[in-house]
Amino acid sequence: MSEAVKQKEPLFSPKNKKLIFNPLSKENPITVQVLGICSALAVTAKLEPAFVMSVSVMAVLAAANVIISMLRNTIPSRIRIIVQLVIVAALVILVDQVLKAFAYDVSKQLSVFVGLIITNCILMGRLEAFAMGNKPWPAFLDGIGNAMGYAWILITIAFVRELFGSGTIWNYPVMENLGLYDIGYKNNGFMILPPMALIVVGIIIWIQRSRDKELVEEK
Amino acid sequence: MQEIFNIFVKSIFIDNMIFAYFLGMCSYLAVSKTVNTSFGLGLAVVFVLGITVPVDYLLNKYILEAGALSWLGEDFAEVDLSFLSFIMFIAVIASMVQLVEMAVEKFAPALYNSLGIFLPLIAVNCAILGGSLFMQEREYETIAEATSFGVGSGVGFFLAIIGIAAIREKITYSNVPAPLRGLGITFIITGLMGIAFMSFMGIKL
Repeated sequence: MSEAVKQKEPLFSPKNKKLIFNPLSKENPITVQVLGICSALAVTAKLEPAFVMSVSVMAVLAAANVIISMLRNTIPSRIRIIVQLVIVAALVILVDQVLKAFAYDVSKQLSVFVGLIITNCILMGRLEAFAMGNKPWPAFLDGIGNAMGYAWILITIAFVRELFGSGTIWNYPVMENLGLYDIGYKNNGFMILPPMALIVVGIIIWIQRSRDKELVEEK
Repeated sequence: MQEIFNIFVKSIFIDNMIFAYFLGMCSYLAVSKTVNTSFGLGLAVVFVLGITVPVDYLLNKYILEAGALSWLGEDFAEVDLSFLSFIMFIAVIASMVQLVEMAVEKFAPALYNSLGIFLPLIAVNCAILGGSLFMQEREYETIAEATSFGVGSGVGFFLAIIGIAAIREKITYSNVPAPLRGLGITFIITGLMGIAFMSFMGIKL
């Protein structure tokens, strides 16, 4: 009887809130869990592709987490990787087709990286670590949270690289309007090149870890 | 022949999987603590890329491309299945990795012991799927070109992971600032290595 009266857990209980907010800092997928680096670096030369990529990952991750979590009791554990890959691949095909239909230019810029969401380690990592053992609603929140953690890192990197590399923010010519070119400012073309993405991530990790000593690695 | 060699060299140095496209970054960071293990992983990547890229090339050419099904008859000449390529490629990769694992276990137990644990990991390595997708996007003309691209990309990954592992082995003796230790310094070193590799970009092939 007491079980029946037991209050239902509210939708945004403290535990569920943690699922959303922890991945933003303490359990950030990129800087702490080291998942999904490949795409994080390759699409961040400009803000627009970085934003589209984050939204795509969010959609795929949340949906895949929910689907896997609903199927978690029926998937035989020996073939679970294949099942996960197939579900993720189907969702990514959907996202790819939507992008091709409504944002063709961006989808050309992202080129193969939309397809690479399939092997993005965030997906497999979260599906394995969380969705296989939790109910759909927490799994959904976990997906959104991790995608947000991924997104803000991506957008920060893209912001820095676009601002200093091309002197624009979301194609808006900031540096030109500030009149910096007239006094001899030059864009740093190096920022657009791939290696700078790695160094920017390195610096973000450095800042994060010097603020939060718990994350410092043992020697 | 010249063209094939050009593609090979280009995919190792100029279009390096790690430094130019950041593919396979996850395993690159996770498995590069010692030279021995990274040697095993690098070898396995060369092996699997050398097999899956040509197989996916055939799949793309005879099944997925627009008009690829014309060998089935007139009715199929219009069919374009290229939207299915993600799911087909990943299925091929997962099953090829499984097959390769079984074959290696049966015929070369010594190699299996050194590669063993890395083979299953490779199915979800972005470098492998990325190799197939780049092959599709760049529209190589013959299967030989696709194969040389696959093997070349694998060798590029191999060089990169061996290099970083050697540096990381040495860097344990250095006094890195505490918050930068481990992951942070690895990123920055990879960036510097990438800058070094960029000097190859001037070479036109």
